[in-house]
Amino acid sequence: MAEATQHQQWTGEWLPGMACSCLLHWFPLGKSKEAEIKRINKELANIRSKFKGDKALDGYSKKKYVCKLLFIFLLGHDIDFGHMEAVNLLSSNRYTEKQIGYLFISVLVNSNSELIRLINNAIKNDLASRNPTFMGLALHCIANVGSREMAEAFAGEIPKILVAGDTMDSVKQSAALCLLRLYRTSPDFVPMGDWTSRVVHLLNDQHLGVVTAATSLITTLAQKNPEEFKTSVSLAVSRLSRIVTSASTDLQDYTYYFVPAPWLSVKLLRLLQCYPPPEDAAVRGRLTECLETILNKAQEPPKSKKVQHSNAKNAVLFEAISLIIHHDSEPNLLVRACNQLGQFLQHRETNLRYLALESMCTLASSEFSHEAVKTHIETVINALKTERDVSVRQRAVDLLYAMCDRSNAQQIVAEMLNYLETADYSIREEIVLKVAILAEKYAVDYTWYVDTILNLIRIAGDYVSEEVWYRVIQIVINRDDVQGYAAKTVFEALQAPACHENLVKVGGYILGEFGNLIAGDPRSSPLIQFNLLHSKFHLCSVPTRALLLSTYIKFVNLFPEIKTTIQDVLRSDSQLKNADVELQQRAVEYLRLSTIASTDILATVLEEMPPFPERESSILAKLKKKKGPGTVTDLEDIKKERNSDMNGGTESTPVNASTASTPSPSADLLGLGAAPVTSSAPPPSSTGSLLVDVFSDSASVVAPLAPGSEDNFARFVCKNNGVLFENQLLQIGLKSEFRQNLGRMFIFYGNKTSTQFLNFTPTLICSDELKSSLNLQTKPVDPTVEGGAQVQQVVNIECISDFMEAPILNIQFRYGGTFQNISVKLPITLNKFFQPTEMASQDFFQRWKQLSNPQQEMQNIFKAKHPMDTEITKAKIIGFGSALLEEVDPNPANFVGAGIIHTKTTQIGCLLRLEPNLQAQMYRLTLRTSKETVSQRLCELLSEQF
Amino acid sequence: MRSAGRPGPAPYLARLSAAQGPGGGAMMRFMLLFSRQGKLRLQKWYLATSDKEKKKMVRELMQVVLARKPKMCSFLEWRDLKVVYKRYASLYFCCAIEGQDNELITLELIHRYVELLDKYFGSVCELDIIFNFEKAYFILDEFLMGGEIQDTSKKSVLKAIEQADLLQEEDESPRSVLEEMGLA
Repeated sequence: MAEATQHQQWTGEWLPGMACSCLLHWFPLGKSKEAEIKRINKELANIRSKFKGDKALDGYSKKKYVCKLLFIFLLGHDIDFGHMEAVNLLSSNRYTEKQIGYLFISVLVNSNSELIRLINNAIKNDLASRNPTFMGLALHCIANVGSREMAEAFAGEIPKILVAGDTMDSVKQSAALCLLRLYRTSPDFVPMGDWTSRVVHLLNDQHLGVVTAATSLITTLAQKNPEEFKTSVSLAVSRLSRIVTSASTDLQDYTYYFVPAPWLSVKLLRLLQCYPPPEDAAVRGRLTECLETILNKAQEPPKSKKVQHSNAKNAVLFEAISLIIHHDSEPNLLVRACNQLGQFLQHRETNLRYLALESMCTLASSEFSHEAVKTHIETVINALKTERDVSVRQRAVDLLYAMCDRSNAQQIVAEMLNYLETADYSIREEIVLKVAILAEKYAVDYTWYVDTILNLIRIAGDYVSEEVWYRVIQIVINRDDVQGYAAKTVFEALQAPACHENLVKVGGYILGEFGNLIAGDPRSSPLIQFNLLHSKFHLCSVPTRALLLSTYIKFVNLFPEIKTTIQDVLRSDSQLKNADVELQQRAVEYLRLSTIASTDILATVLEEMPPFPERESSILAKLKKKKGPGTVTDLEDIKKERNSDMNGGTESTPVNASTASTPSPSADLLGLGAAPVTSSAPPPSSTGSLLVDVFSDSASVVAPLAPGSEDNFARFVCKNNGVLFENQLLQIGLKSEFRQNLGRMFIFYGNKTSTQFLNFTPTLICSDELKSSLNLQTKPVDPTVEGGAQVQQVVNIECISDFMEAPILNIQFRYGGTFQNISVKLPITLNKFFQPTEMASQDFFQRWKQLSNPQQEMQNIFKAKHPMDTEITKAKIIGFGSALLEEVDPNPANFVGAGIIHTKTTQIGCLLRLEPNLQAQMYRLTLRTSKETVSQRLCELLSEQF
Repeated sequence: MRSAGRPGPAPYLARLSAAQGPGGGAMMRFMLLFSRQGKLRLQKWYLATSDKEKKKMVRELMQVVLARKPKMCSFLEWRDLKVVYKRYASLYFCCAIEGQDNELITLELIHRYVELLDKYFGSVCELDIIFNFEKAYFILDEFLMGGEIQDTSKKSVLKAIEQADLLQEEDESPRSVLEEMGLA
């Protein structure tokens, strides 16, 4: 009971709840959890026995017990019975019984199909009852459950209720929102038709409640069917205009704390964001007037001191600003919006400061307002330092990131680093990434970049992911102007008594490569460098120690004078007999190498790393991620051999891309594994198991369209050459080239056995639909394939119009006594007919906006299936065929691309945008093309790649 | 110049694309009422969610909101949603909305709901909501449907509820369901 006295009034006088006092006997508030559970179990047993009892319960008792079950459920206990009794209540003629029945169904519905049928029946009766109260209950129930079964049963009926002349206003409102709910989950069941034009005219309805509900419905429908609802724009503008110019009392009960119809205003402004600026000059002028009025009102003195007044007023203002940003066409309005937000940045209300920071982020990406946003940099930096609420500080970080450009990068990066020292743990990793991205993007002077990253490691070493420190090494290796500085800086940083392991890694790597550049200074002589690194050795994890051992052998080459010191270390028991196999092997091999190899050989083997290729091969990286480090090289070699066998050694697939010099996610950054003399090849047994892996990957691919075939198919979406299929008998390789709407594909069939294949017949199978859009021509191959031999088949390809499916390649032959039948999907996909198009940011967004018709857009949000790596993603987008446009998206984390799909009949311009969300490990992919099916297909294909 | 390593997550992505044409995403996902002690008093889900997921989300979100200090801002990013909350005496009212939804109007939507409860119960308190939970749901249903506001007029909503109460009195003797439960 003690708890009851704690309750205070919310808005008025304290009055103890009247109905409550007797309930307190029933429900022991404030008693122990055990007492509560005991009481509830007793009650549940009682209700169960009543429901099972011989005596039929009357409606009143049924309602009472169903209501109790609900109560118990809402206290947080599980309820597994009573559903049937609740359904029975639905058919009662008594309002309260029906109402409790519906409430139970809404709160506790399960997908028991038998029950759904009964529920639907009851709903159907109530909808037909013409009793507005019953109709309301039924519509609410449909909206609350919203399942597909319900959509199927009622989606056809509800539009009729909505537009019928004699439907009461309250039912219309319910019907509109109920339909909206069904449309969201099951748009396929909601038929467009005559009713749509009548729904649009509800925007003119006298009853503002009806207009509000209808606006919500129209907004959602218009997103998918903009043409159908185009007339809503002018109606929405005139409605909005009437609201914003009305006196605060005109709208009576729809005025909220002196703000006329704020909810409806927000909704109308949102509806307008489904469309580009109105074409009709009069409508456009009227809308501009509305927006100006809203901006003007923000400057007027408030009509009330209540926070509700200013919240409602500002809700409309922020939505108006969203619309201004969406149109992105009136520089005057954009700058006014920016100034308004600037005022809010210093407002005493935390909520307004938060929203202003958030809204400014989007303004920063508009060319008209980017400069205006930048003028607020000091305020934002101040917010970062003084805001007490972490979510507001987070917004400030986002805004700094969005407003960053070459002119202010140094200041912003410095402030972010500053903030990082005290930042919440929850947002540190994000800040680290942002700093790393900005530092690299806007580095003019690479010494600044190196300092920044080392600072990152010093301040937040735990949050510096591998990608970040790999990247600093890549940059140092590729730029000789910064190498000496980097060596000096890491050497100094390593002097700190406690330094982060990531710093040891970076330091070890850089000194191993460029330690000689600072060795002239007696304060950083070779021996001092070595001793400094080795003093950290024992505190480090195995991968770091492995890296340091590689640094030591590099030192042997760089500094012959300390060779014996290093050999002593390598020879010590703690190295040679280390329990870790990798460390032991490195020590043994490096020691041996340093003893037997001549200076020349040493110099060759341990030569400075060559510059990293600008782009990592996507297939290689993908393999690495899949198979894990270490095994990669071997697997690659195997594949390489096969490919060159097959194609007469001319194969130049991305698989062959410089294996040795590509950064691998192992600690072996020196890439010594690939050097011939060190012979760190794994023991034969592991090579054997790798081969098995390769086979088992596709061993199950036997007709018709075996599992795994889809995966192999997907791998070819972004590349043209490679092995499509392989089992113990047969290997199928592909090599293809495409130009405009034409292509040629070489298919290589390799007989892996020593026995002949007889009656060897590959066939290309296209559905009728596919035949009309894709023309494939080929000649039959020799029906006999000798053991160990390879035959080649050429397919000429012509794309007539865009297409969805892929052709099937079926191969039948006899091997020994058995008949073999294999089907695989042949990777001829729509994106092969891409021609990349370069364009500037401005052009891109202009075109993007031109393709704003929702049918032209296809969007997919999906979970990352592979580690999210920028370089791999870029390579894939390029492999996909579009141009990768740099410095177009205001957010550098996003990827945008553009290209033209060539078909015989037409050319289709395509824009794409990929937005990674690292935190959620998700991507959002948006495709905009002038043709719906193209958007759809490209989106499908590309979504599978990440 | 290429960017280093992984791209940073950009929480304003949703806003960014809102500026370039909404592809969806502007509805309320759910509303929760819970006490300062972390007891859930009312839950309303506007998108089908499994029971297990609901429980997890409720637990997680309560923890986040209860940990916040009084003067902090009423909005926070949580998972892929925006959370708008406000505390009235011992109860937290908490709405999860999608990226493009308007935070301030949601805050006022909460206030309007509290006003409706207050008007109906006459100075509402947490116990009213515990023991007249069905009324709290009915009022919410009259006010919101499918996560969208049905009618913003206080009069319209209360009229609907009063009509229903009249029907109830015609139906049966004036004792309320809950009094009945008390006598059980």
